Amino acid sequence: MTTTTRIERHHYDVVVIGAGGAGLRAAIEARLAGKKTAIISKSLFGKAHTVMAEGGAAAAMGNVNSRDSWQVHFRDTMRGGKFLNNFRMAELHAKESPQRIWELETYGALFDRTKDGKISQRNFGGHEYPRLAHVGDRTGLELIRTLQQKIVSLQQEDQREHGSYDARIRVFSETTITELLLDGDRVAGAFGYYRESGEFILFEAPAVVLATGGVGRSYKVTSNSWEYTGDGHALALRAGATLINMEFLQFHPTGMVWPPSVKGILVTESVRGDGGILKNSEGKRFMFDYVPDVFRKQYADSAAEADRWYEDPDNNRRPPELLPRDEVARAINSEVKAGRGTPAGGVYLDIASRLPAEEIRRRLPSMYHQFKELADVDITQEPMEVGPTCHYVMGGVEVDPDSGAAFGHVRGLFAAGEVSGGMHGSNRLGGNSLSDLLVFGKRAGGHAASYADGLASRPRVPVPAVETAVETALAPLQRDTGESPYVLQQDLQAVMGDLVGIIRREGELVDALARLGELRERVAKVSAVGGRRYNPGWHLALDLRNMLVVSECTAKAALERRESRGGHTREDHPTMDPAWRRVNQVCSLEGDIVHLDRKPLPRMRPELFALFDRAELAKYLTDEELAEFDALTEEER
Amino acid sequence: MGTEKSQAAGAPATKRQFRIWRGDETGGDLKEYLVEAKEGEVVLDIIHRLQSTEAPDLACRWNCKAGKCGSCSVEINGKPKLACMTRMSTFTEDETISVTPLRTFPIVRDLVTDVSFNYEKARETPAFAPPPGVAPGDYRMQQVDVERSQEFRKCIECFLCQTVCHVIRDHEENKPAFSGPRYFIRAAELDMHPLDARDDRKEYAQAEQGLGYCNITKCCTEVCPEHIKITDNGIIPMKERVVDRKYDPLVWLGNKIFRRGQVPQTSVTSEHSPGAVRTPAAGPPGFHSHAGASHDPQAEAQAQAGVNWHREVPKPTAPTLDESGKLPLTELTFDRPAAPSPFGEDVTFPLPPEHLNYAHPEQDKH
Ligand SMILES: Cc1cc2nc3c(=O)[nH]c(=O)nc-3n(C[C@H](O)[C@H](O)[C@H](O)COP(=O)(O)OP(=O)(O)OC[C@H]3O[C@@H](n4cnc5c(N)ncnc54)[C@H](O)[C@@H]3O)c2cc1C
Ligand code: SF4
Ligand code: SF4
Ligand code: FES
Repeated sequence: MTTTTRIERHHYDVVVIGAGGAGLRAAIEARLAGKKTAIISKSLFGKAHTVMAEGGAAAAMGNVNSRDSWQVHFRDTMRGGKFLNNFRMAELHAKESPQRIWELETYGALFDRTKDGKISQRNFGGHEYPRLAHVGDRTGLELIRTLQQKIVSLQQEDQREHGSYDARIRVFSETTITELLLDGDRVAGAFGYYRESGEFILFEAPAVVLATGGVGRSYKVTSNSWEYTGDGHALALRAGATLINMEFLQFHPTGMVWPPSVKGILVTESVRGDGGILKNSEGKRFMFDYVPDVFRKQYADSAAEADRWYEDPDNNRRPPELLPRDEVARAINSEVKAGRGTPAGGVYLDIASRLPAEEIRRRLPSMYHQFKELADVDITQEPMEVGPTCHYVMGGVEVDPDSGAAFGHVRGLFAAGEVSGGMHGSNRLGGNSLSDLLVFGKRAGGHAASYADGLASRPRVPVPAVETAVETALAPLQRDTGESPYVLQQDLQAVMGDLVGIIRREGELVDALARLGELRERVAKVSAVGGRRYNPGWHLALDLRNMLVVSECTAKAALERRESRGGHTREDHPTMDPAWRRVNQVCSLEGDIVHLDRKPLPRMRPELFALFDRAELAKYLTDEELAEFDALTEEER
Repeated sequence: MGTEKSQAAGAPATKRQFRIWRGDETGGDLKEYLVEAKEGEVVLDIIHRLQSTEAPDLACRWNCKAGKCGSCSVEINGKPKLACMTRMSTFTEDETISVTPLRTFPIVRDLVTDVSFNYEKARETPAFAPPPGVAPGDYRMQQVDVERSQEFRKCIECFLCQTVCHVIRDHEENKPAFSGPRYFIRAAELDMHPLDARDDRKEYAQAEQGLGYCNITKCCTEVCPEHIKITDNGIIPMKERVVDRKYDPLVWLGNKIFRRGQVPQTSVTSEHSPGAVRTPAAGPPGFHSHAGASHDPQAEAQAQAGVNWHREVPKPTAPTLDESGKLPLTELTFDRPAAPSPFGEDVTFPLPPEHLNYAHPEQDKH
């Protein structure tokens, strides 16, 4: 039966799954390296999640404060990630971001400018200097549109040279990949379906770049769209690659909690960067009570000093509203739990009383516009009601930092962007994602191209694997006894939101794992009504198994890690444990069972260690490591 | 969680009457649904509720639910809108809300249309040309100079302006020659880009994108969810400058861009303009139609409460040309002082208000 199913076949050198910032940058690089490249995306071209990024892209260009440098950026990134970052990724990111941003200007991007005509940079939580290149508060849109237009310009080149726009780079929009196909341990291709027609499509390609973004759809309150079902994470696992740091999820501290039409939508950090403050229901500016010792040196302890900082950042410490996101999220959570929250379970974010209405509209145009239109809330007049929202997954495919090649036992698989893990450690700084996409997108695309070049023979797609993929894809349509995918998704979201949310406890995590086990059986029997053409129920049914396996990784890793760090907070283990800092938790798949292993973190190079104060390192490192550090600095003298 | 609490605290959920177009390219019709709606919800919330209850296979695009990605474009009560930005509170409780797919593009299924027309036009629009010899990192531009282009770069590619434009809305035959407002502003954006190395953006828009078909009805501006002043800031300056350059004999002679020959300048004149000259090849369509999508009289009436689709729209005509078929070159050989008006000679400004298609931004509130 299955062999008679029509399957459209394509041959490419490099297939990029995902058309967000990372995917597009990877595709540009592969095409520039002369490879025939396909870009695949679940939604239309130019609509990927990157569109939603607001605040900006972090790069130490030093346009606003010339004291900024890659070393300072590196330091901030490591600090933000609580030293769990892959140091090499953080280093490459800090060094290469400025070039990647400047390059965008040659593609036609128009960032906001400084007085002397350079790219303007703004303050953001966790960054020591103003560092985020931005365009109002629609930076992600600028980034994705610029890359999209660069791809168009490459296609126009190909049209002139080869007579076809699609000669060397082609976009397959509204196409979902459901399976990677292997020839032994080598990637041989990718299988999926067109959403519009439900027809199947097979890409034969020796190199695949995953750039599928995150996993937030497994949570109830999330800023993420329907696309974020962890497909790339799951595809990698099933192909034999590994995931790291899956316990670390970022809950954005300030997502809207009321009214429902905007629930989950983020209020960009620049509202706080531009002077917005957080208040509880008693009207108290509570963040001063939540500055952790590690940050005392950089953050103000009085409202007067904090307020002076906006004008004179060199001589004052920063307002505590600009602490890294997890600190802010935790503070809000504590306030709400202590009964000082708003009726909808959040706190107030107030910019209205801090800046003139005119100024707010100028600095935060799309924020203003969004709330006015979506919720009829005028942010220049009244405070917003905000609370923690699932936003970003730090964990992802374990990759080689320089090339983006996936670890585990698979070759020809690369990953970049949110789907890859390690760069951000246990917590991502705002603005570091957009530059991460560019830096590692370019690297992954380039290395995928040279991997394809270096192959002596092209891998072949095994026929039985294609048949299995077809059967798996059609199964939900052929069953009519199972449950609705929407019900299953709601149940999954309830388990993750309630039991594996921002604050975690051992008992709840154990419970969560049991429930996920039950869900696994129900998901295996899911059924979708309707036909194959643009059927969202069917699409969701297929996404569910990805969401499930990724959720299991998160729950397992969260149960194991008995400490609190960055995007992982255990109520029963509330402090950071230096011994845990040396450990990455690695997930792999055997059959359909998630396995968890521990692996030591790569050791940071001495000259990078030397960028930090001993006093600061003492908060993160074990005594043993500190002794090594002392020995090192001794030597240098 | 806490949010649930306050939902309960708000007004109770009510049932609302919806009519949603179901079908595919072979046909379909409006289906009635009675759906629960809660306080503070938008139309997209209702569509999601339908998907998770009685219509699991109802096809609809969306991504961000925040008016940022431009995926959820549909026609609501005949008016092109983003479903995620249309609040339920803008309708009265007894109102039937009809949701139909974008009319200008071929149907795929239910509320999803094939918008590839737009991506084809995007591919045909020449890309940014980097200034030669300027290294990455050396780009210097002033904020005031980038702001004009930035306005157009706010575009979220929802294609609402494309679907509403009468030149292609009911005129399949115009599609090959007409790129539409989204791509006029793309050309305008590059034209105004301080460092773009090409200087023929306007001529290109005129000769290759079909700018001449546009008769400045401003319907595109009206529906733009990003409030981009498509006509005033994009299209009109492009048209004006083309006329300027055509008028300048040096540019005129030196210009090799007009591959399709003398495309006549179209412009807005009144309905009864005498002496309108049109070449058949590039002539704009003769009438205007903005009927709304649903063919449902009630929806039609509602749509018109917001926008007057049937107002008398000025007809496009060509400007006055001299015997040689060109714009008169100098004041000496022309019978009037100063340059000919790009809008045609017999239009007086200000235009009568009923000829304008302006809707107050807060019209929905009534
Ligand atoms: C509201 C919001 C605001 C943010 N603000 C900022 C900010 O200010 N600064 C910052 O640095 N970061 C920000 N972020 C984070 C940042 O936007 C994302 O992490 C980043 O855009 C991810 O990019 P990506 O290229 O990895 O993936 P995405 O842009 O998410 O793209 C994923 C792509 O993969 C495709 N895909 C997924 N699965 C499949 C499949 N199975 N088959 C085919 N295609 C598939 C999707 O269709 C999509 O094209 C924000 C995020 C959100 C949600
Ligand atoms: S002004 Fe009218 S005719 Fe011109 S592009 Fe806009 S909608 Fe079309
Ligand atoms: S110009 Fe406005 S209406 Fe047109 S596609 Fe862009 S955002 Fe949409
Ligand atoms: S869903 Fe993105 S604009 Fe409506």
